[in-house]
Amino acid sequence: MTRIFAYIAHKGGVMDTAFELATAARKIDSSAQLTAVVTGSGAELDAVCASLQPFYGEIWKVANDALSYPNAELIRKAVVKIVPPGSLVLVAHEHFGIDLAPGLSINLNAAYVSDVLGIEGLEGASLKVVRHEFGGQVSTHVKCDISSGAVITVRPGAFKPLEKSGVSGLVVDRSLDVGALSAGRRYLETIAAEAGEVDITKHTVLVSVGRGIQEKDNISIAHDLAEAMGAAVSCSRPVVDAKWLEKSRQVGSSGKTVKPKVYLACGISGAFQHLAGLKGSPYIIAINKNPKAPIFQVADVGIVDDILEFLPELTNKVREMHSVAAK
Amino acid sequence: MEILVCVRRVPDTSENEIQLNSAGNDIERDELVYSINEPDNYAVEEALQIVAKVGGSVSVVTVGSEDDEEILRREMAMGANHGILLTDDAFTGSDGRGIATILKGFVQQGNYDLILTGVQAEDGGAQVGGMLAAMLDYPFASLLTSIEVLEGKKLRISREIEGGNKEISEIDLPCVLSIQTGINEPRYVGMKGIRAAQSLPIPTYGASDLRVALSTVGESAAKIKRVDYFVPVLGKGAKMLTGSREENVEKVAELLAAQGGLK
Amino acid sequence: MHGIQITASLTSWLTQGYGLFLFIHLLGAASFAYIVARRLVPLLRAERDLRFDRPLARMGKVLKFWMGQWKHPRYKTAGLMHILIFAGFILLAMRAFTVLIVGVSQNFVMPGLSGEAGHVYEVLTDYAATVVFLCMVFAIVRRVVFKPARYEVPAKFGKAHKADAIFLLVLIAILMVADSGFEAAKAAAQMQAGEIAEFSAALSLPWLLKMLFVSFPVSTLGKLYFSGYLLHEITFYFLLCYRPFGIQFHVETSLFNVYFSKLDKNRLKPVRWGISDEHLGQVKSFGVKTFEDFTWKHMLDFYSCADCGRCSDNCPANAAGRPLSPRFITIKARDYAFQHYPMFGHSGNGRALVGNIYSEDEIWSCTTCGACEAECPLLVEYIDKIVDLRRGLIDDGNVPQSLQKPLKALESRGNPYGKMEKKRAEWTTAKDFQQPCPVKTLNQTNGADRLFFVDSITSYDNRMQSIARATARILDHVGEDFGILGTLEKDSGHEVRRFGEETLFMVLRDHNTEAIKAAGVQRIVTADPHAYNALKHDYTGVPPVEHISQLIAREVKSGKIKFNPVAGSDKVYTYHDPCYLGRHNQVYDDPREVLDAIPGLRRVEMKRSRDRSFCCGGGGLMLFYEPKEEERIGVKRVRMAAEAGANVIVTACPFCLANIEDAIKVAGLEGKMAAIDLAELTEQQIARAETGVPACPLEPSSTQPDMQERAIARR
Repeated sequence: MTRIFAYIAHKGGVMDTAFELATAARKIDSSAQLTAVVTGSGAELDAVCASLQPFYGEIWKVANDALSYPNAELIRKAVVKIVPPGSLVLVAHEHFGIDLAPGLSINLNAAYVSDVLGIEGLEGASLKVVRHEFGGQVSTHVKCDISSGAVITVRPGAFKPLEKSGVSGLVVDRSLDVGALSAGRRYLETIAAEAGEVDITKHTVLVSVGRGIQEKDNISIAHDLAEAMGAAVSCSRPVVDAKWLEKSRQVGSSGKTVKPKVYLACGISGAFQHLAGLKGSPYIIAINKNPKAPIFQVADVGIVDDILEFLPELTNKVREMHSVAAK
Repeated sequence: MEILVCVRRVPDTSENEIQLNSAGNDIERDELVYSINEPDNYAVEEALQIVAKVGGSVSVVTVGSEDDEEILRREMAMGANHGILLTDDAFTGSDGRGIATILKGFVQQGNYDLILTGVQAEDGGAQVGGMLAAMLDYPFASLLTSIEVLEGKKLRISREIEGGNKEISEIDLPCVLSIQTGINEPRYVGMKGIRAAQSLPIPTYGASDLRVALSTVGESAAKIKRVDYFVPVLGKGAKMLTGSREENVEKVAELLAAQGGLK
Repeated sequence: MHGIQITASLTSWLTQGYGLFLFIHLLGAASFAYIVARRLVPLLRAERDLRFDRPLARMGKVLKFWMGQWKHPRYKTAGLMHILIFAGFILLAMRAFTVLIVGVSQNFVMPGLSGEAGHVYEVLTDYAATVVFLCMVFAIVRRVVFKPARYEVPAKFGKAHKADAIFLLVLIAILMVADSGFEAAKAAAQMQAGEIAEFSAALSLPWLLKMLFVSFPVSTLGKLYFSGYLLHEITFYFLLCYRPFGIQFHVETSLFNVYFSKLDKNRLKPVRWGISDEHLGQVKSFGVKTFEDFTWKHMLDFYSCADCGRCSDNCPANAAGRPLSPRFITIKARDYAFQHYPMFGHSGNGRALVGNIYSEDEIWSCTTCGACEAECPLLVEYIDKIVDLRRGLIDDGNVPQSLQKPLKALESRGNPYGKMEKKRAEWTTAKDFQQPCPVKTLNQTNGADRLFFVDSITSYDNRMQSIARATARILDHVGEDFGILGTLEKDSGHEVRRFGEETLFMVLRDHNTEAIKAAGVQRIVTADPHAYNALKHDYTGVPPVEHISQLIAREVKSGKIKFNPVAGSDKVYTYHDPCYLGRHNQVYDDPREVLDAIPGLRRVEMKRSRDRSFCCGGGGLMLFYEPKEEERIGVKRVRMAAEAGANVIVTACPFCLANIEDAIKVAGLEGKMAAIDLAELTEQQIARAETGVPACPLEPSSTQPDMQERAIARR
């Protein structure tokens, strides 16, 4: 029976991606033995293993104090010790996965395909997958020769977690097979992002701006609307890169993860890294000049318009509604 | 410090409209403008800033054809000391691993303390840096947002992780780092410098110069092949509002109210 | 003093001081010579500046601006005062000289000033000294009590200059008093002795002092005579040697500064005078990075600044609270020169200016409107210096990210928006336009008499495209045989050059020049004053160019354009002079004549108009720059229009229109104030002969401004 491995990253508990990888693996080969590989230490590691049991046939646990913080360089060495060359290994495509997976594919002498968001199927030793290019403006079909194995990173959120299978996976302790671990990169500390004045994760309604806001001085348009709505202003990465808003307002894989009820995406293209920070199932209203913006694929309602014109009018309308309601 | 930056020439995303061609199997490339991959440019700027502090030199290398020389020249106009083109018919069609193999061949002929790449290019692969590091058995780190040179052939680095947090690590030299945008503010490269760079020599190396086995590069060795480009049919997707702006504004305000978006 | 013997007693007093006076003469003159020589040192190290040609034209400027004090009346009070002081100084010059010589050669008389001439001169100078003295008093009171705002020194620029200013005013007053006292003492002594007294003009300062002294004993008068002389001499030489250390140096340098001022005002300084474009490759470093990169004339400018603040008072960037204040560009450079080229000791050199005395924002904030240069009474030049400083920043790669994008786009796509070349002529394909007004694209087979140079913003910006269409319709209406370059046209490069990217400018210029020549046109017209200025002054070898307002004005006079009356009587129009049409090219009347030819059009003039027009905020690359400012420049301008009683602002520049339309929104005047381009208004009002054919519909004013292209939408 073929075995498909999934490396499960975790921090303060298991993440949704752990279960999404299982779905992706099933899509590759519905009858494969799914084996999760988890590293870490202590009670947290055990808890993670437990939560994986309904989804994976086997959970290979590597407990090692050196791995209590997920240092991809150390973990890579550990994984190589226990995962045989020629294996198929799935990893979530986010900060950790990007760090781990490419080098891992070389160590395992396997092929590498990244940021997969769809699996078309296996034809012999050729796996056909779907990827994005140019920031999501086009999609591609890619064929990957997995005859000598492959490391595949999977886009978070692209696959839905399956229902629990009812099977309870076996936790196998592989810690001793790993031996002493050392690497040329040593973790020192984590510096938390500066708490801004506003904690966007606490808001249920967000007015989010992207590159389409054009200029720092236009941010006030968003603030005005947010104020009228009783919401907070958040943004995508380019706005922070341009220093128009503080980092603490960034929604995305390298920013905050938010779970609002309502999300107004203004001038945001909908690049994956941004949407990765949007969890739950918010009601998304998107306004963008570009009718082909990827955001319209995920939004509930879309308007093709210039946010610099649309938002002020919306603000007026909202204020009007409030003043009417007040009477 | 001798720094090598691996760069790539890509269609400029801000000055192009990416569209499918009429045959539907590729993007329309006729009127594309190309420039250096943005994260690679940040990497070169970072290298220049490091060398300004601790001395040394910056080399930029790319795998490609004569067309790709223009970005090498641009980075040399920016301040890079050397530009190198790795070119060979045998390299055509290489996948990420193939590119890393070619670069490894070049790195092994030199004596570089630090190798930088941009975190990813337009194809979103984000792979060459990590692969190159593993092939060379150098330590690696991705998504770099700051680099500090320490005594004793070490760097103190910061990686961008979830929530905007920064993961601080120490890494030994030589190593490979992939650079995230926003790490610095790249300097402007003016027309004067670009013109002056037109006459700079750019050595080229092929497969035999790099001692790269032909079986490890090129299309035949590639395990990843792009089959086509397409624009996904928007099955589900947003309900697009038509109507005048005034009507749309009203509708949105109503929806916001209905969905609990107004306090 | 004029052939009349001074009394013996006084004579003895004076001769006592012979040795002292001579010593002071020699010391004073030698010190002054040394000081001036030291001040010349940096000029000898400076870049060259070719200013020795056309001496007659230069003398003409000296007569107009120096002797004639031409710019001074622009500020009435200070202007009048300065004219009086200047006239006084000119008149008193010979008298002062004579007085100084008298101390060592008692019977000295200025050649030509004996007898009646001397008498008349005496009267004039009596009054001159009085007037100067009164002006000093008034000036001091003005500084202390009225404190005109333009003299204030914002904290970031250092300490106040007031104490020094008052000190100098006091010294000049003392000089007048000393001179008058010296003369009065003698006259009083003569009156006492019954001799024929020196004539003192009635009620002049010497006269008043004479009346005061006349009762003093002779010995006192002798002392006064001696002290008056000594005080005069010491004050004179002190002032002479002190002036080169401050703003009063302009007394000496102003003549030269005006003589050497730029004759071709529209010609931007090349990277190096005397080095043509082809040889520019030899120049390793472009622009001004250190003080010595300035030309000697620029350094002379720094010395000549009188710190009057008129430049900064009219600078739109300064008014908006941007870091730029032209006055301090000059004063800081002057202080740098003083500090690094001291009287004794080594001269320092080679330190970077930006990051030291200047900040980058200061240099990028300038819109090159030219208001500063229009105001300066000493003809200090600014635009060349700002452009040169920017060249230095560009050369070093020190450019804000917000400007890097449009510059890169200009390089790859020929427009700052990064839009595709093939879309440059899309404005011609608009619905309702393409059919009735087809626009010819010039090429091998399609020629024309006149080129309509559209330039980037008018080609790509949704809102500004209507200016292009209106212009095309007007040209069509008057029967012009015209065409456009279409996709062959690249940005004129006007702002590229003024932002310091000289090499990129040359690429654009050469490309366009070739395309224009290949089109084989005889004339060029444009609706964009920046393109107009570029084609007229930055480009060579292209056919003559005019702005659409000039063409319209001409055709109104010829009768080809007749206007329908304006509808409604509630509109009050005001014309905003675009900087590059008005101030830089003196086209003030044509647009006004066009407006006045429209029946029923009520037009008012803003206080700041013509060469005092207030810049809209800047065009070209300035639309991409993100300045730190307190209030939008454009908002200030819109308020000026409201103040003048207008509710429609007419302008003749797409950048002005963009800035003003935005500013109207930011100012919260939407619905109360509107803006329109002159070409649009003309086209709207043209009376067409054919009845039944409606005028091509004007774009509705609610056309969305294309913020993507313009990148300046402000609320």
